[in-house]
Amino acid sequence: MTVTNPARSLAEAAARRGSARFAARAGLSDRAVAWLFILPTMLLLLAINIFPLIWAIRLSFTSLMANLPTPARFVGLDNYVDILTDEDIWANFRVTAHFVFWTIALQILIGLGLALLINQKFRGHSFWTTIILLPMMLSPAVVGNFWTLLFQPQIGPFNYVIGFFTGVAPSSFSMIGSVVLAPWTIVLVNTWMWTPYVMLICLAGLRSIPDYIYEAAEVDRASPLRQFWSITLPMVLPFLMLAVLFQAIQSFVMFDMVNLLTSGGPGSTTETVSITLKRAAFEKWQTGYASALAVILFVTIFGAANVYVRALNWVKQQ
Amino acid sequence: MRMNRSNLSLLCCAGTLAVTLGVSSSAQAEGKSLTMCWAAWDPANALVELDKDFTKATGIEMKHEFVPWTSYADHFINLLNSRSTECDLIIGDSQWIGGAAENKWYVKLNDFFEKNKISMDTFLPATVVGYAEWPKNTPNYWGLPAMADAVGWTYRKDWFAKPELRAEFKAKYNRELEPPKTWDELLEVSKFFTGKEIDGKKVYGSYVFSERGSEGITMGVTNAMYNYGFQYDDPKKPYHMTGFVNSPGAAKGMDVYKELFTCCQPPGLTNAYMQEGLDAFKSGQVAMQMNWYAFFPGLAKDPNVGGDKIGFFKNPAGPAGQFTQLGGQGLSVVAASKDVDDALLYVKWFAQPDIQQKWTDLGGASASKAVLESDAFKKSAPYAPSFVESMGMVKDFWAEPLYVPLMLDMQNRVHDYVVANKGTSQQALDSLVKDWIKVFKQEGKDPS
Amino acid sequence: MSDTTPRPFSEPSPLSRALSAVAVVLYAVIAILPLIWIGATAFKSQADAIAYPPKIFFSPTLEGFVDLFTVQTHQSHEFIAKMAPPTTWYEKIARDRDMVIAGPSRVVERFLNSLIIGFGSTILATFLGTLAAYGFSRFRVPLADDLLFFILSTRMMPPIAVAVPIYMMYRWLGLYDTRIGMILLYTAVNVSLAVWLLKGFIDEIPREYEEAALVDGYTRLQAFRKVVLPQAVTGIAATAIFCLIFSWNEYAFDLLLTSSNAQTMPPFIPFIIGEGGQNWPAVAAGTTLFLLPIVIFTIALRKHLLRGITFGAVRK
Repeated sequence: MTVTNPARSLAEAAARRGSARFAARAGLSDRAVAWLFILPTMLLLLAINIFPLIWAIRLSFTSLMANLPTPARFVGLDNYVDILTDEDIWANFRVTAHFVFWTIALQILIGLGLALLINQKFRGHSFWTTIILLPMMLSPAVVGNFWTLLFQPQIGPFNYVIGFFTGVAPSSFSMIGSVVLAPWTIVLVNTWMWTPYVMLICLAGLRSIPDYIYEAAEVDRASPLRQFWSITLPMVLPFLMLAVLFQAIQSFVMFDMVNLLTSGGPGSTTETVSITLKRAAFEKWQTGYASALAVILFVTIFGAANVYVRALNWVKQQ
Repeated sequence: MRMNRSNLSLLCCAGTLAVTLGVSSSAQAEGKSLTMCWAAWDPANALVELDKDFTKATGIEMKHEFVPWTSYADHFINLLNSRSTECDLIIGDSQWIGGAAENKWYVKLNDFFEKNKISMDTFLPATVVGYAEWPKNTPNYWGLPAMADAVGWTYRKDWFAKPELRAEFKAKYNRELEPPKTWDELLEVSKFFTGKEIDGKKVYGSYVFSERGSEGITMGVTNAMYNYGFQYDDPKKPYHMTGFVNSPGAAKGMDVYKELFTCCQPPGLTNAYMQEGLDAFKSGQVAMQMNWYAFFPGLAKDPNVGGDKIGFFKNPAGPAGQFTQLGGQGLSVVAASKDVDDALLYVKWFAQPDIQQKWTDLGGASASKAVLESDAFKKSAPYAPSFVESMGMVKDFWAEPLYVPLMLDMQNRVHDYVVANKGTSQQALDSLVKDWIKVFKQEGKDPS
Repeated sequence: MSDTTPRPFSEPSPLSRALSAVAVVLYAVIAILPLIWIGATAFKSQADAIAYPPKIFFSPTLEGFVDLFTVQTHQSHEFIAKMAPPTTWYEKIARDRDMVIAGPSRVVERFLNSLIIGFGSTILATFLGTLAAYGFSRFRVPLADDLLFFILSTRMMPPIAVAVPIYMMYRWLGLYDTRIGMILLYTAVNVSLAVWLLKGFIDEIPREYEEAALVDGYTRLQAFRKVVLPQAVTGIAATAIFCLIFSWNEYAFDLLLTSSNAQTMPPFIPFIIGEGGQNWPAVAAGTTLFLLPIVIFTIALRKHLLRGITFGAVRK
C-alpha cells in the first residue's frame, strides 16, 4: 500500500489500547476472535473484487470476445496501444473531464452557498434541509430516466418553464438533442442530484467551527467578508476537499444517469468513458479491449485519488 | 378491424388445426407453456391474438416477452449469449442470424423442414436469404421467415391534395406536387412543406430515423446511401470494403440524408426511431415519414391521419438505383430452450398456409408468396402494392456473427456526422472502413 | 456547537435570516419540482402526460397504475363490444381505452427481486460488517490501516469496469442472472460501507463496559453479544438502511449481470412501455412506488445521513 493512506486521514485513529491484558477466561483467544470476525469480509472482498480485477488485468492482454466460442489470443499490449492512440477515446475522456469539472464547480458553488444560508438557522431549516436532500437519495437511473420526459421539447415542462422566463419558444431548443446543450444537460442533472451532498458536508464543516473564533474576530472588528475569507473558508476547506474527492470519483464513474438520459448522444457529445466501456464490453463484446479500458480507468482513478489525498493531508496540516 | 374476424371462423380454424397437428386433447398439454420473445410494436399485438389459436389447438399456453426496439438487440443477444432459458421461441432480427448460427443459439431447422415438408420456396426469396440462411445464399436454415418488413414512406395525402399548395408547388418547381420518386424530389418536397402553416400548426417536411444507441440512424441512412452507390463490399471479393463503403457515391448519399435531416426534421428528434416517427406523423407535424411497413396497417386505420388522409410510397430512387433497407425477422427456436419439441410444434403450426394468411389479416406480415402475391392482398390495403414492390428491392446490413460491433461502429460514425456535424461524410466513411476492418480481423476474416 | 449556546457576537440578524430562508425555500421548491412532476404524472392519462403545453391541472386517473401491473392488447371497438362486460374496476379502465387485459405484468416479480436482493444483501453486509468492525475496533490487527484502506478502496471501483470480469466469473460459476449472485455482489459492495460506518459507531462505545464484563467472567463472544451489540443497535440500524438504499438504487450491475430472473426495478422501469414508446404514466407510477420507501427512509435517517454518505469520515 502507499505511504499516504486515505484510511489514516479519513478514519479517526482508533485508540488501540492493549486489550490483550484482559485475556478471556474461556472460549476463543482474542486473536482467534479477531480473525474469525475479519476474515469472512476479507474473503468476500477478495473473491468479488480482487480476483475479478486480476482476471481483468489478464484478459486485457488478450483478444477475447465473451460472446464467441473462439479462444482468446494473447495480443500483448495491443489493446492498450489501441485505446491510447484512439482519438475517439481521448474525446470521451475530454467529455468526462468537462462533466466532472463543471459538476464539481457548480456543486461547490451552490452547495457551499446553501450551507451558509442554512447555517443562519432560520425557523424550519431542518425541514427544508431534508427536502433538499431527497434528489441525492433516489436512484439516479430511475430519476434520470424520468428526466428524458421533463426535457422533451414539446411535452416536457422544463422547456416550458425556461420559455416562460426567457420568452424563448419551448419547442425551439432541445436539451438532450442539441450538440451544444447536451453536455450541459448532464451537468445540470448531476448537479441537481448531488449538490445536496456537498451542501451536507459543508454544513458539517461550518458547524465544526467553534464560536470563540468568530467572537475573537468580532472583537478585532473584522468585516463579515473578511471573517468569511480568513475563518470560514479555511476551516471548511478540508471538508470541501473531502466532498470534492467523493464527488469526483462519483461523477468520473457516473453511468446510470447519463446512460438513461442521453446514452452518450447526440453523436458522441456526452459519451463519457463509462458509456464507452459499457458499449465495448456489453454491446460489442470486445472483452479483452474493454478489460484494458477498465484497467486504464482504475489506474486513472486510483492515481488521481492518491495525489489528491496527499494534497488533502497537506491542507489539513496547514 | 384487424384484430378479429368472426368468432365462427376462428373456431373452425382452431378445430382443423387440432386435427392436422394430431393433438387430440388439450388435457395432455395441461400446464405446458412456451415463451415467445420479440420486440414491442404493433405486429406483436397481432401475434398475441394469433397465438390464442395455437393455445386452442394444442393446449400449450403462450407467454410473450416483448421489449422496446431500442433495447431489443442488446437484451435478447445477451439472453441468447448467456444460454438463458427465458425464451423458447424468438423472432430475432435478420442481422443476428450469423451469430446465432455460428454460436448455435438457434436450432438448425433443415431436418425439421424436410420432415414436415416445409419448403423455403414458398417464401419470398429476399426473406429466405434475410431471415433464414447462414451462411447467406446456402441452404442452411436457422429460422422460418415470419415477419416481412422493409423501410417505406407515408405521406399526408390530404395535404398533397390542397389546391393552393399544389399551385404554389407547381409555380416553384414546374411539376405537380406528388409523392417523390427520387431522393432529389424528396428533398424538394420536404423543403417545400417545412415551415408551412397547415391546419393552424407549423409543419415540417419529413421525418427520418436518427436514433443512436441501437440501429436507428443506420436503418435510415442506408436508404439514401444504397441508392447513391454504397455497397457493403466488393461483389467479386467478399469483405473487401475500401472503395465500396467509402465510395464517393456513398458519401454523397450520406450528405443527402444529412441535408434532409437538417432541413426538414421536426425539432428535438435527434435521437428518434420508429415510435417518434409515428408520433410526429400522427400528431400532424410532418408531411412525410420514413418508417417500417410493419406500422402501416395501424397507420392506415388511424382515426386522425389514416383513411383518406394517408398515402404510401416506396423508398425513392437515386442515381445508383432503387433499393430499400430490409427489416423483418425470422422465427427461430432457441437451442437452450427446455421445450424444443413444443417450440418446433409451434413453428410447424405457424408455417401452415391458413395461419400465414390469418397472420397477415391480423396485422402481421407473412413472408409467404401465396399470401403476398395474391391479388387479394394487393387490394387489401393501400400500402400493399408498394410493400410487395419494396420487398423486391431490399438490401440488408451485415449479418455477420460480429454484427453488433459493425452496427455500433456505423451508428457512431453516421450519428457523429449527420446529427453532431463532426467532420465530413467522406471522413466518416473512411473511419468506418477502418473500424470495420478491425472488427473483421477479430472475426478472423481477411478484409484487405 | 449546538443551538442552546447562542452566539452573542455573530448571531445572524433577523433580516439575513429571513433572506436566507427565502433563498433556501426557493431552491428546495425548484429541486423538488421534478419529483412532484413524477408523482403527478403517475395519475395522468396518457394523453395528459404528453400534452402540449404540459398540463398542470388534469383529472386524475389510475390508468398508469393499471398499465403498470397488467399486460394489455389493443382491440377494436366491435371486438370489445362483443366481450363480456368488465368485472373489475381495472378491467373497466383498460376497456375504456380499447384495451383488453391479457394478464399481470412482470412488475411484481421485479419488485420482489428488489426486495429479496435488497434485504438479503443488507442483512449479510450488516452482519459481516458488524463482525469486521468490531474486530478492527477492539483488537490489534496487523496492518489494520492498510486493510481498512483496502476495504474502502473496493468501493471506489467504477461499477462498469468491475462488471466486465465479474460477468465472466459469474457466467463461469453459473451465478449470472441469479438472485444469490446479486446478493453476494451487493454484499461485497456494501460491506465496505458497513465496516467503516460501524467501526465509527463501535469506537464510540466505551470499552470499559466490555472490560467489566470480561472481568465478570464473560467470554469475548459473550461480551460482544450481550454488551456491545445492544449498545450498537442504533448504529447497526442506520448502517442497514444505508446498505438497503444502495442495493435498492443500484442499476449498473443489475443491468449488466441479470436479464430476467434476478432483474430488479431500476433496469426494469425504463422498459415499461405501452403500445409504442414509453408509457409515461405507467413509468411514473412505477417510479413513484419505487421511490416512496426511500423518501420515507431519508426523512427517518436524516440525523445519520452525513455519517452514512461519507463513510463515517464526517460524524456530525
